[in-house]
Amino acid sequence: MEAPTFLDFIPLPQYISFTWLIIIGLIIASLIVRSSLKILPGHFQNVFEAAVDGIYKFFEEILGKEEIKKHFPLIATLSLFILAANLTELIPYFDPPTSKLDTTLSMTLIVFVYYQYLGIRRHGFGYIKHFTGPIWWLAPYFMPLEIIGHFARILSLSVRLFGNIFGDDMLLAVFFMLFPYIVPIPVMFLVIFSALLQAFIFALLSALYIADAVSEPAHE
Amino acid sequence: MRFWKVAGLAAFVLIVAIPALAAGEGSGLSVLQKIPYYQMVVLGAPIGLGAAAAGGGIGMGHVVNGTATATARNPGLGGKLMTLMMIGLAMIEAQVIYTLVIVLLLLFTNPFHI
Repeated sequence: MEAPTFLDFIPLPQYISFTWLIIIGLIIASLIVRSSLKILPGHFQNVFEAAVDGIYKFFEEILGKEEIKKHFPLIATLSLFILAANLTELIPYFDPPTSKLDTTLSMTLIVFVYYQYLGIRRHGFGYIKHFTGPIWWLAPYFMPLEIIGHFARILSLSVRLFGNIFGDDMLLAVFFMLFPYIVPIPVMFLVIFSALLQAFIFALLSALYIADAVSEPAHE
Repeated sequence: MRFWKVAGLAAFVLIVAIPALAAGEGSGLSVLQKIPYYQMVVLGAPIGLGAAAAGGGIGMGHVVNGTATATARNPGLGGKLMTLMMIGLAMIEAQVIYTLVIVLLLLFTNPFHI
């Protein structure tokens, strides 16, 4: 079920070459904006300012003022990369890298290892208290459930993004096969909406997991 | 020093990825012998997806119901409530999509190497 793409001359798998293409595109766009920063922003700079400022203000409510400064690069990079990767689904001869489980699982593992490391670094051995639940003598009952829940977060976070984008890809392919003239246009609107929503949800859940790991255990 | 740390991590990642190149092949059964497996899949997959979509649809209906009622009572909070609704809808939709992923895996990736 491989579709032909315009980067087929590179002998790597498609998702790797498209990931690198998106990375290079984002870096070039940021360098263009950075080289001509003005006090009164022009059009291009305005878009980037709105994006970065919007992400910062939104996640400041979730994480708090001093935590957001440490984790903002990861969250903003994830959200911008996933947004760009999802939106390239609509361009013909492009293969969105998030439509393969490899890309989404790797991003999820980065977030998972990062927030576990944050929790252990912040609380030390008391990180176990996050897993024991509200009543201390029910801890042997709660701990397996919480641990399984934490591992289920990896699965859910990666499969949510993968399933949405892969399913939208299949949907577009089927619609273009059936009646390629006017009918796919509402489907493309749905794809744009779903792409925005999924990027936002991934970044939001990452921020929530980080906030949960860094804060005091709420069940005392 | 920092260069060697980064280079060491990159080499570790590349070495860990080598087993992914090993792929299993099918056992070479004819098309006629593969039919019973695909019969079962074609029977079960739409039923499962239909049930998942039913549950998901009911849940999403409740979410939108609550948001519409709350916005009608307090129109000033409309933006925040819409954000919360979007988050809730994405969470519920993910449940339906887990079923879709299993169906796609069974139909297209030949997990039993038939």
